[in-house]
Amino acid sequence: MIGGLFIYNHKGEVLISRVYRDDIGRNAVDAFRVNVIHARQQVRCPVTNIARTSFFHVKRSNIWLAAATKQNVNAAMVFEFLYKMCDVMTAYFGKLSEDNIKNNFVLIYELLDEILDFGYPQNSETGALKTFITQQGVKSQTKEEQSQITSQVTGQIGWRREGIKYRRNELFLDVMESVNLLMSPQGQVLSAHVSGRVVMKSYLSGMPECKFGMNDKIVIDKQGKGGSSDEAGKSGKQSIAIDDCTFNQCVRLSKFDSERSISFIPPDGEFELMRYRTTKDIILPFRVIPLVREVGRTKLEVKVVIKSNFKPSLLAQKIEVRIPTPLNTSGVQVICMKGKAKYKASENSIVWKIKRMAGMKESQISAEIELLPTNDKKKWARPPISMNFEVPFAPSGLKVRYLKVFESKLNYSDHDVIKWVRYIGRSGIYETRC
Amino acid sequence: MTDSKYFTTTKKGEIFELKAELNSDKKEKKKEAVKKVIASMTVGKDVSALFPDVVNCMQTDNLELKKLVYLYLMNYAKSQPDMAIMAVNTFVKDCEDPNPLIRALAVRTMGCIRVDKITEYLCEPLRKCLKDEDPYVRKTAAVCVAKLHDINAQLVEDQGFLDTLKDLISDSNPMVVANAVAALSEIAESHPNSNLLDLNPQSINKLLTALNECTEWGQIFILDCLANYTPRDDRESQSICERVTPRLSHANSAVVLSAVKVLMKFMEMLPKDLDYYGTLLKKLAPPLVTLLSAEPELQYVALRNINLIVQKRPEILKHEMKVFFVKYNDPIYVKLEKLDIMIRLASQANIAQVLAELKEYATEVDVDFVRKAVRAIGRCAIKVEQSAERCVSTLLDLIQTKVNYVVQEAIVVIKDIFRKYPNKYESVIATLCENLDSLDEPEARAAMIWIVGEYAERIDNADELLESFLEGFHDESTQVQLQLLTAIVKLFLKKPTETQELVQQVLSLATQDSDNPDLRDRGYIYWRLLSTDPVAAKEVVLAEKPLISEETDLIEPTLLDELICHIGTLASVYHKPPSAFVEGSRGVQHKRLPARAGSGESTESPDVGQSVGGADAPPAVIPSQGDLLGDLLNLDLAPPATTVPAVPASMQMGAMDLLGGGLDSLMGDESETHNIHQRMESPSPQSLSEYSHPELGGDIGGSPAIGAGMGAPPAVMPASLNAAVGGGLGDLFDLGGGVGMPTGAFIPPKTLWLPAMKAKGLEISGTFARRSGVLQMDLSLTNKALSVMSDFAIQFNRNSFGLAPAGPLQVLTPLTPNQTIDVALPLSTVGPIMKMEPLTNLQVAVKNNIDVFYFSCQYPISILFVEDGKMDRQVFLATWKDIPNDNEAQFQIKDCHLNSDAATNKLQSSNIFTIAKRTVDGQDMLYQSIKLTNGIWILAELRVQAGSPNYVLSVKCRASEVSQFVYQCYELVLKN
Repeated sequence: MIGGLFIYNHKGEVLISRVYRDDIGRNAVDAFRVNVIHARQQVRCPVTNIARTSFFHVKRSNIWLAAATKQNVNAAMVFEFLYKMCDVMTAYFGKLSEDNIKNNFVLIYELLDEILDFGYPQNSETGALKTFITQQGVKSQTKEEQSQITSQVTGQIGWRREGIKYRRNELFLDVMESVNLLMSPQGQVLSAHVSGRVVMKSYLSGMPECKFGMNDKIVIDKQGKGGSSDEAGKSGKQSIAIDDCTFNQCVRLSKFDSERSISFIPPDGEFELMRYRTTKDIILPFRVIPLVREVGRTKLEVKVVIKSNFKPSLLAQKIEVRIPTPLNTSGVQVICMKGKAKYKASENSIVWKIKRMAGMKESQISAEIELLPTNDKKKWARPPISMNFEVPFAPSGLKVRYLKVFESKLNYSDHDVIKWVRYIGRSGIYETRC
Repeated sequence: MTDSKYFTTTKKGEIFELKAELNSDKKEKKKEAVKKVIASMTVGKDVSALFPDVVNCMQTDNLELKKLVYLYLMNYAKSQPDMAIMAVNTFVKDCEDPNPLIRALAVRTMGCIRVDKITEYLCEPLRKCLKDEDPYVRKTAAVCVAKLHDINAQLVEDQGFLDTLKDLISDSNPMVVANAVAALSEIAESHPNSNLLDLNPQSINKLLTALNECTEWGQIFILDCLANYTPRDDRESQSICERVTPRLSHANSAVVLSAVKVLMKFMEMLPKDLDYYGTLLKKLAPPLVTLLSAEPELQYVALRNINLIVQKRPEILKHEMKVFFVKYNDPIYVKLEKLDIMIRLASQANIAQVLAELKEYATEVDVDFVRKAVRAIGRCAIKVEQSAERCVSTLLDLIQTKVNYVVQEAIVVIKDIFRKYPNKYESVIATLCENLDSLDEPEARAAMIWIVGEYAERIDNADELLESFLEGFHDESTQVQLQLLTAIVKLFLKKPTETQELVQQVLSLATQDSDNPDLRDRGYIYWRLLSTDPVAAKEVVLAEKPLISEETDLIEPTLLDELICHIGTLASVYHKPPSAFVEGSRGVQHKRLPARAGSGESTESPDVGQSVGGADAPPAVIPSQGDLLGDLLNLDLAPPATTVPAVPASMQMGAMDLLGGGLDSLMGDESETHNIHQRMESPSPQSLSEYSHPELGGDIGGSPAIGAGMGAPPAVMPASLNAAVGGGLGDLFDLGGGVGMPTGAFIPPKTLWLPAMKAKGLEISGTFARRSGVLQMDLSLTNKALSVMSDFAIQFNRNSFGLAPAGPLQVLTPLTPNQTIDVALPLSTVGPIMKMEPLTNLQVAVKNNIDVFYFSCQYPISILFVEDGKMDRQVFLATWKDIPNDNEAQFQIKDCHLNSDAATNKLQSSNIFTIAKRTVDGQDMLYQSIKLTNGIWILAELRVQAGSPNYVLSVKCRASEVSQFVYQCYELVLKN
């Protein structure tokens, strides 16, 4: 299991050092600094073995988190834990920065003591932790409160405490998708997938039992068999095939496995209900058509056309096209029909920004790139043209069909809950080779 | 809250100040002081001097302060064990606290204080806490048992904590169960044979129930524990799998991977024709793909594991090639792993796509990645035969880019392609040779050298190419040196006549001037092989290599199975068994996959190897050193006793060759010639007649006394030493002799022509000589059998120069066991003629009372140089003009420091006669003639530039094939 956990600043100075096991000595702290943080070359692996000690590290802005061990630990677990650790710290004091960590080092030690015991991760749900790690002592707690805390921390529903009350029961569902594309210069889709997340913000009283429904092909087809045939035909069209999905730990996985129904008692506040991935019938919101022509050795002509491919009534936002330029570029002239385009020498690319664009439209940019003659034999690698955008629909076609709330003890019904649903489609890695 | 100020205090007297603050009455000040102490501790300062003062702050009802003091205690208790006792009371008291959080804190901290005396006091509170009414305390106590076990295992057993821990597996609280499982698993690891976990269907059922209820971390503990269980039959296996599969949808990648581990392991037991087996395979793919959308570090762990899974069960992900395509922004470690998996998944169906991608990658920026991409193209060629053509042409395109590391990488893989598809793509060799100069990496150099050696017969200037590498031999890496040695030996075996200088050079470099034992050993092995039995050498060195097939660098099946049992863990990331990187008893236990159950299936079960590549034969793995080792591994390094006598002979030849020329001439006294003349060696057939000339010694001024004094003794040495040891010692002695005593004596060595093993106990070694115009074959016959040998006779096959025995083989007395007899057989050159390949090859048959034996040997062409080879000047001129220019061959003789007169003398003693000498611009031109026994004249012009060690030799002869031999003869005579 994890033998020690260290946090360093970008210079390699230790901010936090907590050793859990006897086999990790103080010198491990230095070994990591010397061999990884101060290493001359770029770190090429997140797992490093130094003198029979294995180090797992993640970096968040300027902060290094490293876990050390001498045993055959579950590597996936260590990384998951490090991410969780970052989440917990962020939930307590905001952004991970050197100052924040120094300012909260006592709290961090307290957290580390609680969520890792002898190197074994313990309950690390912020909702539960915040009930008893408060930095304010425990004097005021009554016996009932104490046992409530412990039963929540160790209990089956460790992510939610009892006795939550809201005057207005309200919930927000955000379907957030990132659509990834790799297209060949000829317009052939090399790979495309959508990875989506359903994020829920719940402000519900008591211990509500929720059930979430979406246009999952498997569910719809199953229902179609039982229901009338025309309904099946109608809904079948709109259903989507989900390649795979993962759920927050509040979701009863065995129920999903047997009935494919998503039921859960949600944590209070914001959490990620599920993640999913689809690869079939993806609506690609934009198509990029590149044309690169080398005119002699010192000039490139680039023309890029983008076409929006969705309902004309919808508006895409924050559109940005990045056209990479060779390292020996000396000057660029750009002409674009819409938006603004600039050559950014520091990033070796032409950045073309368009604020809004409706569906079924087309726009074009053309650029002349002057090159310095070089004797560098190495060919320019021609990185792909990448694109960023945001659209108000789910490119996978996912639709929320319902989210039902049942709370048997308290006196409110599903109808009393105010529900909001929003769809956001963003570009993930959306690249077209040129 | 600005705790960061605690990090900045670094003034003198700080400790003293802190001490005062710690003893302050004010609670706030105390707390501040403790915080400062902890901050100093974090930064690495030694604040252990404050131990008593900090411990005094322990008695407080402020939980935050208490936790800080505990933190301090955990750090320093070990260095101050006596004072740590002071804390015990507080711990014991805290364990009785009404607040469960404080009880748990006390028991958690106590376990972390590794002081024997404290552990004694820990037992009672721990026992209570294990039975505490509060689950939070129980789950903490469960882990504490593992802590205590780490400090004092015996104590834990004696106190019966293990039984209590086992009871906790049935606890009502899922988190208590999970921690108990984790603790027990860890303890069980250090007791491999105990039945601590005692997994049985009932306890498994409890675990599976807890699995649905506990935290994500708890699920990981339970799944990892489940993976150690071996179900009794396939039905139990299936039912566990069914209950584990829902975990594949968990958001936590570690839960998913641990579930995959359980499924991969238990799947082994399911009959393959079962529907459920197919369903399970299908269910495994999507979660594995989903892992690739996690954070990069987790992707890396996932990819390392997928690499194993793909090798074990390629069918799971065979349709998912696209998800492993590299994204431009992937971190390099993810890119490299994806590439690896792409190759493993490459098949005929998707090869076009894969190749297109790989070509794209080969133009990227990151050097390592580009290299791997190039290598991947080669691996595709080997894996998917249909694509080989396209791969090779892609590689050639890449070579044309002239990007140095791309070229080198391409050459390395083309070597493998040659091995996989012999005689198909050798047309590209020319292109490869063009890039010879740009190779600066050992692996590429070694690969290129391998190619040159392997295809020496197709590369006209193979010897020149290899020689160019030889110049900086000692600056090369071992890999290149080894390969160069092998390649030159190959070249020699293919073109013996032209390259024998080269082979001697490399053998000498490898055996005498190198500190690397591998290189020396290989050098000696080749040397012995070549000198004892060139035919065998040919069989060994030029043996047909097994085709490499399918995959390279597959993980060996038993290791793969073990790693599958470690999915998700560090072992699966390193691709090494835990014992390779974990110290102590933990992890030494090897995990194994369960055997498939059911009688019908059992016959089919050992198909692990087959399923890997999907091919019928288990794929062979390319050894990382190329075929270098392969060549050598075929050799028996400890020769059987019967071959021992060969050792001294060949070794002495070694010493002689390397230092020998000069010594030979020094000792070329009449009195010694008898011995010297027996010398013969097959790798350098040309080298001897020069030495055998009586007048030589006198010319050079060698002292007869030295020769006489040192000449004889070692000749009899190691014959009686036995086997490997004897051989080894022989080596050392000989080398010592050779190196340490440059004036030392030679024993005229004979070469082993016919080993006893091949001739029912008769061993023949021998040499050729020309003594005063008479050709002689000197033979040593040794009886290694147990019975007496008699009735010897000898016969030659037809050969290039009509050599034939001029008399019978004079073995007058029967040869008794272990007896050696030396015979000189006079030869004539009037026998039947047939052109041999190589030209100087001689096939011999020897008969005795037992059987007829055959062997072949090579004679030096110089034995055929006759004494009346001095041509008239006018005739020389006419002949020179007469021979067509096409027949002229030019050679360079390097590193020869003789002046033209000395050279003339030396050559004359070998029947190479100088007819005229001209000096133009400080350059001496020597015109020389040689006559062979069959009347063929050889004309030569030797240009000697004063002050330059390089001579230029032009040879003209109507039979141009002999030119090469003549050149070698010159080279040997002049340099020795």
